[in-house]
Amino acid sequence: MTTTTTEAGRAPSATEGPLLELRGVNKSFGAVQVLHDVSLTARLGHVTALVGDNGAGKSTLIKGIAGIHAFDGGEYLFEGHPVHVASPRQANALGIEVVYQDLALCDNLDIVENLYLGREALTAGLLDELTMEERAAETLAGLSVRTVKSVRQKVASLSGGQRQTVAIARAVLWNSKLVILDEPTAALGVAQTEQVLQLVRRLAESGLAVILISHNMTEVLRVADEIAVLYLGRMTAQVKAKDVNHNQVVTLITGGSLVEEGGHVEVTGPTDDIDTGPQADGRPAAAPPAAATEPEEQP
Amino acid sequence: MSQSLSEKELENTLDAPESPGGALAEAVRAYFGRVRGGDVGPLPAILGLVVLLAVFSGLQGNTFTNSFNFANLLIQSAPVIVIAMGIVFVLLIGEIDLSAGWTAGVAGATLGVVCTNHGWPWYLGVVACLATGAAVGLINGLLVAWVGIPSFVVTLAAYLALQGLLLKIIGEGGTIRIQSQTILDVMAKNLPVWLGWVLFVVVVGLYALVTFRQMATRRARGLVTQAPVVWLVKLVCLTLLLGICTYYLSGERSRNPALTSIKGIPIVIPVVLVLLVGFTMLLTRTLFGRHVYAVGGNAEAARRAGINVPRIRLLCFVICSMIAAGAGVLLASRVNSVTPTTGGGETLLYAVGAAVIGGTSLFGGKGRPVDAIIGGLVIAVVANGMGLLNKSAAVVYMVTGVVLLIAAGVDALSRRRAAASGRA
Repeated sequence: MTTTTTEAGRAPSATEGPLLELRGVNKSFGAVQVLHDVSLTARLGHVTALVGDNGAGKSTLIKGIAGIHAFDGGEYLFEGHPVHVASPRQANALGIEVVYQDLALCDNLDIVENLYLGREALTAGLLDELTMEERAAETLAGLSVRTVKSVRQKVASLSGGQRQTVAIARAVLWNSKLVILDEPTAALGVAQTEQVLQLVRRLAESGLAVILISHNMTEVLRVADEIAVLYLGRMTAQVKAKDVNHNQVVTLITGGSLVEEGGHVEVTGPTDDIDTGPQADGRPAAAPPAAATEPEEQP
Repeated sequence: MSQSLSEKELENTLDAPESPGGALAEAVRAYFGRVRGGDVGPLPAILGLVVLLAVFSGLQGNTFTNSFNFANLLIQSAPVIVIAMGIVFVLLIGEIDLSAGWTAGVAGATLGVVCTNHGWPWYLGVVACLATGAAVGLINGLLVAWVGIPSFVVTLAAYLALQGLLLKIIGEGGTIRIQSQTILDVMAKNLPVWLGWVLFVVVVGLYALVTFRQMATRRARGLVTQAPVVWLVKLVCLTLLLGICTYYLSGERSRNPALTSIKGIPIVIPVVLVLLVGFTMLLTRTLFGRHVYAVGGNAEAARRAGINVPRIRLLCFVICSMIAAGAGVLLASRVNSVTPTTGGGETLLYAVGAAVIGGTSLFGGKGRPVDAIIGGLVIAVVANGMGLLNKSAAVVYMVTGVVLLIAAGVDALSRRRAAASGRA
C-alpha cells in the first residue's frame, strides 16, 4: 500500500498503525470555531501533505499538534495511544518537531550552535563543542547535505535553501518521529526548492513521518504519499497522492468534491462534505469561520 | 620553560603535508574574505589605535612615548575598560545600561563607607561594593526583562537616581577617603620586575598550551582546525606584543630614580587580564554565554528553543552592574577617595564608546570582552595624546566624538555589508 520503500534507519513500527492519528478534533478561538471535527493521520515513512486555502485552518491544526494551543475536543493518538499535548515541550518529548516558516534561526550563530540551541551538549559544565560539531556534521551528512562548506559558518552567510536545511536538520537531530514543515519552499528559488524537496523525501525514506504544508500542487503531488485537504476548518479528504491529479486537488481545496471516476479514490473525513454530488454545492451549510478568501467555484 | 615544551610539540605537527606558506596564505585569504563580507571584528579599532599611536609619537615624540606616560595611559584607561566590559554584556542582548557610571560611583562610596567609616577589612568592603552593584543590576534587569520598560528609559532613570543617591551618601561637597592600603595599591603600585616577567611567561605559555591542545584534539577527532603555522604566527605576534609591553614597563620610569623608583607592570593590568579571560570564558564556553548570543541574535528563536529569555536579560544587567561596581573600586583607588562626581562626567559615555569602538554591535548579538580593551585604549590614547599636545578639553571631546561616530558608522556599514553578502 505504500508508495515508497522504507530502507534504512527507523523502520515503520510493526503495528502498521499510523504514528499520529487525530479523530474529530475541534478548536475554537472565542466564538469562532476554526476546526470542525478534523481527522488526520500521519504514518512513519510517509509524507503527508496538508493543503488548503488561506484561512482553512492549516496553521491552527499544526499548532494544535505541536502543543502551542491544545485542541478543545477530539482524540489525539500518538503511536496508538491517546496523549494529551498541551505544550511544545510535551510535543518535543513525544518526538514531534515543527519547522516554522520563519525558521527561527540566530543569524549571528554558526550552524552547529543553531542546531544545538537550547539543548547544548555539556562536559564538566562547559560546552562540548567537539561532540556537537561531530554530530552536526554527521546529521548533515545523513541528510545528504553537501552544499554547506563548513558547519562553523555563520547562518547569516547561508542561502535560503541552506537555512531551510539547517532548520530541518535541527528538527531531525533529536530522534524525532514526526517532522512538520510549514511551507518550506515558499521563499526559495528553483534550484533550492529542488534541494529541499529531495530532503523532504529523504526524511520519509529514513523512516520519519513528515507532514508538509504547501500551496504548490506540483510540489505536493511530487513528494507526498498522502494528501489531506482542509476546507474552511473541515477535513474534506485524505487521499493517496497517486490517486489524484492536479485539478482534483485544486477542486478539493476550493470546496468541490471528487467525482468517483475510476472508483478507486479513497476518501476519508466527514462524509457529509463528500459524495453529495458531482458539483460544488457540497459546501458546508453552516457559515464557515475565518474564510480569508472566497474560494473559486469549479465548473 | 613552557615555551620550549610547546616548541618541541610544534615540530611534530609541522610535518603536516600541506606547505606552511600555503596554509598561511589560505588563512589570510579566509580572513580578508570575512572582512569583505562585513565581519570586520576589532580590525578598524586596531588600525585606528596604530594610526593614533603613530600620529602622537610623531607629533609629541618624547612625552607621548616615554614609559611613564605609557604606564599612566594604561592605568588611566582601566576603570573605563572594566565598565565597558560590563556594557558589552548588555549590548550583546541589544540593550543599554546608561547607569553603569553612577553604579560605579555608588558602589565605590559603599566601599568607602564600610571600610573607612565602619572599619571593615578591604575584602568585605569589596563584597559590599559588588553586592551594591548586584542590587542595582537586579532592579534594572527586573524592570527591563519582566515589566518590559525599554532599557534606555530604565537606566536613564537609574542614572539620575543613583547620582542623587551618591550625593546623599557622601553629602554635598564631601569626600570619603579610602584608607585601605590594599585598595590603594591596585591603581598605584607595580609588580616587581621579576614577577612581571614571570607573569609574561605564564600568560604566553598558557596561551600556547591551551590553543595547541585545542588544535591537537580537533585534529585527533578529525575536525577542521587551523594550520599549525597559523597558530605559530599568532603565538609569535602575541609573544612579541606582550614582550615589548613588559620590557617597556620593566624599565625605570621615575623622573627622579634616586628618590623613588617606579618600574614594573602596574598591578591593575593583571587584574584587567584576569577579568578579560574570565568573561571571555563565560561568554564562549558556557551555556549562559551561548544563550546570551542567541538572545541578542534572535530573541524569538531563543524563546522557541526553550531558553528563558527574561532570565538571560536579567542576568546580563546584574553582571553589567556588578562589573561596574568593580570598576568603582578602581575609580576610588585611583584618586584615593570617593566624591559626589565619582563615576560621573564622561565615564559612562566613554565606556559605551569603548565597547562600540572595539567592535561590539549596538544592535545585539555581536561583541567580545576584548573589544572593551581595544576600544578603551583608543579612547585613552586620544585623551592622553591630545592632552599632551596641550589641546583644550573642548578639542579632546570633539575628537573623541568623531572617533565614536566613525566606530558606530563602521558597525552599521558592516552590518549592511553582511546582510547583502549573506542573503545574496
